[in-house]
Amino acid sequence: MLVRRVWPSRPAFENPFAGFDELRREMLRLLDGQAGGEIFGDVGPGVFPPVNVTQDEDNFYVRAEVPGVKASELSISAVKNRLSIAGKREIPQEHERVSYHRKERAEGSFNRTVMLPADLEAERIDARYADGVLTLTLPKAEEAKPRQILVKT
Amino acid sequence: MSKETRTDLKKTEKGNVPPVPEQTRPGPLYSPAVDIFENDTSITVLADMPGVKAKDLKIDLRESVLTLTGRVTEPEAPGEAKVLREYEAGTFFRQFTLGETIQQAKIDAKLTDGVLRLELPKLERAQPRQITVRTD
Repeated sequence: MLVRRVWPSRPAFENPFAGFDELRREMLRLLDGQAGGEIFGDVGPGVFPPVNVTQDEDNFYVRAEVPGVKASELSISAVKNRLSIAGKREIPQEHERVSYHRKERAEGSFNRTVMLPADLEAERIDARYADGVLTLTLPKAEEAKPRQILVKT
Repeated sequence: MSKETRTDLKKTEKGNVPPVPEQTRPGPLYSPAVDIFENDTSITVLADMPGVKAKDLKIDLRESVLTLTGRVTEPEAPGEAKVLREYEAGTFFRQFTLGETIQQAKIDAKLTDGVLRLELPKLERAQPRQITVRTD
């Protein structure tokens, strides 16, 4: 199983390569996608689906682009700080007697695990799927939340 | 891991497109993955446009150039801090030249789960006709 760590083993520091990945995408964009793809090939984090993770004080938010996947085909599970998104994308067979000009959309199954920087409250995870984008709201475990400490005088 | 054979989906980078003509709205342009096929009566275009809402999708056909533009609005709330970013939200843009003549009035577009399905019916006279050879 492919596991991508959002944080390295020391949870206090951000992944040093996350910034690099962003820079690489920006470079590809500047180099014009097509030519860029030929030069660099498939060097990205080649795990489907691509995810974006954000956080605020109480929750993590995970968004993944999974167009054409039915909500019933998605399965999401979480243990401690580990979130798994699995599913299958099927492209229905078109009628016989069609001739293809382009076929760029791929089908297949995926199973991706993302390690989040803090533990989650698995029972309260909220998953929504709209317009081909899966949005997960993952409440942080109580002990992982920042605490306001009152300074006494 | 299961032993059954299955094809695993690979992550593909969104292809970038140089904006032609230059766009007024800033932000990256991405080229959606498409399937295009035709039968005798119509041409069908399927395009992956995750995050695009029906109201933000523009389909334009003029002078046999089909233009698809899908605007994606940033889904993040202002209070969210970035942890990991693997894809960018931007505008999907792609153009095709259609050789065939299309019945403009009968074009049908449907957007389900981030996939656009566009049916372009061919004009009657553009449809192939079976010609029978007679013998005397």
